[in-house]
Amino acid sequence: MERSEEYIKNERKKEWRVELQKKTKAKDRMAIERVKMSEQDPNERIKSQRIEVNKGLSAEQAVQEAMRCMDCVNPTCMEGCPVSINIPKFIKNIERGEFGKAASVLKETSALPAVCGRVCPQEVQCEQKCFYVEKLNQPSVAIGYLERFAADWERESGEIAVPECAESNGIKVAVIGSGPSGLSFAGDMAKLGYDVTVFEALHEIGGVLKYGIPEFRLPNAVVDVEIDNLRNMGVKFITNYIVGQTATLEDLKGEGFKAFYVGSGAGLPRFMNIPGENANGILSSNEYLTRVNLMGADSEDSDTPVLRGKNVVVVGGGNTAMDSVRTAKRLGAENAMIVYRRSEEEMPARVEEVHHAKQEGVEFLTLTNPIEYIADENGRVKQVKVQKMELGEPDASGRRRPIPMEGSEYTIDATVVVVAVGVSPNPLIPNSVEGLEVSKWGTIEVVKDKMQSSIPEVFAGGDIVRGGATVILAMGDGRKAAANMDTYLKEKYLSKKVEQ
Amino acid sequence: MNKIVEKEDFSEKVVKLVVEAPLIAKARKPGNFVIVRVGEKGERIPLTIAGADVKKGTITMIVQKMGVSSKKLCALEVGDYVTDLVGPLGKPTEIHNVGTVLCCGGGVGVAPLLPIVEGYKKAGNKVITVLAARNKDLLILEDEMRKHSDEVIIMTDDGSYGKKGLITEGMEEVIQREKINECITIGPAIMMKFCSLLTKKYEIPTMASLNSIMVDGTGMCGACRVTVDGKTKFTCVDGPEFDAHKIDFDEMMSRLGGYKTEEQDKMDHFQE
Ligand SMILES: Cc1cc2nc3c(=O)[nH]c(=O)nc-3n(C[C@H](O)[C@H](O)[C@H](O)COP(=O)(O)OP(=O)(O)OC[C@H]3O[C@@H](n4cnc5c(N)ncnc54)[C@H](O)[C@@H]3O)c2cc1C
Ligand SMILES: Cc1cc2nc3c(=O)[nH]c(=O)nc-3n(C[C@H](O)[C@H](O)[C@H](O)COP(=O)(O)OP(=O)(O)OC[C@H]3O[C@@H](n4cnc5c(N)ncnc54)[C@H](O)[C@@H]3O)c2cc1C
Ligand code: SF4
Ligand code: SF4
Ligand code: FES
Repeated sequence: MERSEEYIKNERKKEWRVELQKKTKAKDRMAIERVKMSEQDPNERIKSQRIEVNKGLSAEQAVQEAMRCMDCVNPTCMEGCPVSINIPKFIKNIERGEFGKAASVLKETSALPAVCGRVCPQEVQCEQKCFYVEKLNQPSVAIGYLERFAADWERESGEIAVPECAESNGIKVAVIGSGPSGLSFAGDMAKLGYDVTVFEALHEIGGVLKYGIPEFRLPNAVVDVEIDNLRNMGVKFITNYIVGQTATLEDLKGEGFKAFYVGSGAGLPRFMNIPGENANGILSSNEYLTRVNLMGADSEDSDTPVLRGKNVVVVGGGNTAMDSVRTAKRLGAENAMIVYRRSEEEMPARVEEVHHAKQEGVEFLTLTNPIEYIADENGRVKQVKVQKMELGEPDASGRRRPIPMEGSEYTIDATVVVVAVGVSPNPLIPNSVEGLEVSKWGTIEVVKDKMQSSIPEVFAGGDIVRGGATVILAMGDGRKAAANMDTYLKEKYLSKKVEQ
Repeated sequence: MNKIVEKEDFSEKVVKLVVEAPLIAKARKPGNFVIVRVGEKGERIPLTIAGADVKKGTITMIVQKMGVSSKKLCALEVGDYVTDLVGPLGKPTEIHNVGTVLCCGGGVGVAPLLPIVEGYKKAGNKVITVLAARNKDLLILEDEMRKHSDEVIIMTDDGSYGKKGLITEGMEEVIQREKINECITIGPAIMMKFCSLLTKKYEIPTMASLNSIMVDGTGMCGACRVTVDGKTKFTCVDGPEFDAHKIDFDEMMSRLGGYKTEEQDKMDHFQE
């Protein structure tokens, strides 16, 4: 959201903020140690997929942590947040005990603060830009923990305000995909008075938030509250509906939908195309996580089976890999291993997840890459042949390129292997909509900042445009698209009415 | 939630279900399938759309009782609801007028074959259908097949009906008798493998419709992967039909057993 520097500055000069600024000396603020998140004991938490690891901050802890924030004249932290949450404003509300107001500040720009507080890679976004890190070389203010605290407080207080919606303008818009991007778009459009319907291919709403990210990091209940909130705002949800298959975009136009937001995600799993990869026991992280998180295969009474094994190898170093390997631990693996071709420093996973995985006894084989799978006589994988790697010059991504070391091959025993080496854009929509411009990577091309595709009434955002990003970026796209689609639709349909 | 409006027991093991699904009925083409889930703890399983009635807004599924999920589905009665139903999925069969087509169905594979036989006939082909079953009681859809085929040959393992012998024997007889331009085979993987070997010998272009294990059916999980012409393909979005002569059937059969122990555990649990 566009917000002027001046607005931010004036907010900072509000009486209550000035009072807080004066109340505690900078030196005293800096003397406070960064809060430690209380966590479930690793030995306890690995007994269930459904125990959340982080327990959240107490009110006292939150207020104390909020005091560390210097309410900077130039709050650099905001530059690190893709949706420019007014970070000092929400934190200072926590400091003065106005937790509900803190939550309202978050909601000005973020549709799912309880989600982002839990899953944003804060250490490379807002927190990396915090004054503490930039100027003092000290641990940043725990922005993510505080965000989660405020959002949870609001939810648990039962006082979630249903945002005010403008009077209905009767214009029907469709959302394709119910991931964070589609949800945030739907919320904004409902607020603007549109008649919003979300179509989802799966039987559950939430996209990766439900089928991918496990409950030990993000409880489904947290996501469901947000979805109910949208329902209360009048958003309709239709599950088991694949746009492009069940009905086409043209069919939906026939039903009166005037514009579309495609938030269909990056659901296509990549494999490495190495020998033996189709052996039984080798599966994509999408399959593994979907079986457990969407289908509940960790529980006895689910009809969906999942593979368990004593030795489980997970290939990759991102969030998906961490979620898979920690899921394996929870399904009873004695040895759950990450095999990653670069070093730990290059791992794209959130630092906290790597830390938690280690606490839970996950082994890390870095600078190691699988090159072949060896199956037993029944076609089930029994060993992974790997090769050691060393780091060369930085590649296009800026990370140092791994180079195989000749003669360094050896084998690891494993009866379950989860391949988590990335995903590609979901091809369903690009394939089924004629005239939609698509890049060579299969992502939908949009006008930047507008999120409008080559078809004027079709907007797109999130992973289908970015090819795999983060929850907050997907949400930010949804919001941007909503603002621009609103302008587009008002020009096309409503301005004429006014003239009449 | 989709309501069951009609149910018929074809045999002890095979049930026909007609379910309300107006959009799918309208959009489906021969070769498409749906994913079905029964109950909140239910598994997602793929089933071919054996027929559809656009006016009534219904689709027909023919289900063989295999494990927990198919049994739960078959236990539903008229008036009950299927918890989730999504589709149509997969690429439709490419049906053209090619001349004479040999359609081969075994076991419950006869069900997905029906709309394809219908399609080929409508496109103006001469359709010769070979159906195979272990015995007379397990044979399904004979009348429907006769309605849309120029000739139907029936093979049973025990000779209790039609001719005694394997499906390939019935096929070979036809192939030696007249020119076949195209062949399609649907049934147990082992049957498709041998059908494919046979038609390869006679250089008849052949399609096989694969029944891989699936989860989402939309290309998201990769559970359904098969090797075709040395490349990995996803049955749900790239198939379910592939050039039979290029399919690695041995790998495919092995992958069908990928969850065997786990499925058996679920079955034991179910029966307790
Ligand atoms: C295991 C895992 C862990 C992750 N961890 C983190 C993390 O910790 N922090 C973070 O910031 N990011 C994380 N990510 C990335 C993040 O989840 C994604 O960037 C984000 O979910 C993208 O949102 P989206 O709305 O674009 O798409 P998705 O969340 O992928 O949702 C797309 C939805 O669209 C549906 N759909 C697709 N095609 C159609 C169609 N034709 N018709 C109807 N529906 C359709 C899909 O079924 C899906 O539900 C993780 C991803 C994974 C897989
Ligand atoms: C595209 C497609 C279309 C299909 N169409 C139909 C149809 O029209 N009618 C129908 O009855 N079935 C059809 N199937 C097969 C059906 O999906 C399976 O029989 C079903 O998933 C079995 O589930 P279950 O839980 O009942 O049995 P499970 O417990 O999963 O399996 C029981 C036993 O059957 C074996 N098995 C599992 N899956 C399959 C399979 N796909 N094929 C063969 N053996 C298997 C297992 O190894 C196990 O030993 C189709 C499959 C695909 C992929
Ligand atoms: S949304 Fe994410 S990046 Fe923005 S402030 Fe919150 S945790 Fe930081
Ligand atoms: S940069 Fe850090 S200290 Fe400054 S306002 Fe932002 S969070 Fe507070
Ligand atoms: S069933 Fe999941 S990709 Fe085909």
